[in-house]
Amino acid sequence: MQIPVIRNILEANARVSDDLKRLFAEKGILALNLMSSPGAGKTTLLERTLTDLASEFSMAVIEGDLQTDNDAQRVAATGAQAVQINTEGGCHLTSAQVLAACKELNLDGLDILFIENVGNLVCPAEFDVGEDHKITLLSVTEGDDKPEKYPLMFNISSALLLNKTDLLPYVDFSLERASNFARGLNADIKVFPVSCRAREGLDAWYDWLRAARAAKKG
Amino acid sequence: MHELSIAQSLLAIIREEMQKHGSPRLISVKVRHGRLSAIVPDALAMSFEALTMDTALAGARLDTEEIPLVLACRACGTKFSPESSDYVFAPCPACGEELGHTVVSGKELYIEYLELDEAQGT
Repeated sequence: MQIPVIRNILEANARVSDDLKRLFAEKGILALNLMSSPGAGKTTLLERTLTDLASEFSMAVIEGDLQTDNDAQRVAATGAQAVQINTEGGCHLTSAQVLAACKELNLDGLDILFIENVGNLVCPAEFDVGEDHKITLLSVTEGDDKPEKYPLMFNISSALLLNKTDLLPYVDFSLERASNFARGLNADIKVFPVSCRAREGLDAWYDWLRAARAAKKG
Repeated sequence: MHELSIAQSLLAIIREEMQKHGSPRLISVKVRHGRLSAIVPDALAMSFEALTMDTALAGARLDTEEIPLVLACRACGTKFSPESSDYVFAPCPACGEELGHTVVSGKELYIEYLELDEAQGT
């Protein structure tokens, strides 16, 4: 017998993601899911952001990595709360993992929670983790055609940081081309060219964060 | 490879539905996936097979079907399916607009039906 079963395969993840959304709403926390390829500069962006905005916001980080707690140590060195999730081979974070990590954090009084996803341009885009916004980082050494090749991640992101702009003289990367590809299926995506290493362009990103935080707080 | 997580989630739902319907055996399951969800059917089939091996579900068939991408033009609202694989820069066939189309379908990932053996003892 054939039984029609119209069920979203990722419904279990979506249910926990909704629980997380309620938890973050209750606590007034802006939650951001940070996604990119490995090595695009997510952790360096976090180090800069956590340091530069330390006097304005109370911030915490959930770090997702296949192995090691290297990144959690780096962000914890800024003074922010940090929890490491080792996915042991899993190529993305799930909402259940983020919920477990939240239990290790003191969420009271927290303004912004960064969820640093596993480095990967495909899988993290499929799994919501209770975030208000998805943020994608793309570094100029990766090629400006990445939004075209991995459209879903760019389609669902609110902001795109084009990192390592200090290397633009040495690579064939067009900021305009990358931005246009990203806007192909996402007219509203905000694009910020930055160099976390050279500390360039970060003010625009910080302004976006302030606005998103203010919108969340209501 | 997100197909492994997806296969795990798929199996959890299958087991729940089999229990609900009192069926001891799964014959097949049909999964529909949007073009943007980047599911590789072979990888999903391999994950499904690996996870069901040596279980009561061993031998069940996984059928997959891709749902084409349908966009709505930002400028004139015309709905269309880009013909080329380069769908990020798909010009609207009606007005030529290239940027900012809305994805109407192509992100789905769901089970359409299960084919189960008749329930025993009912």
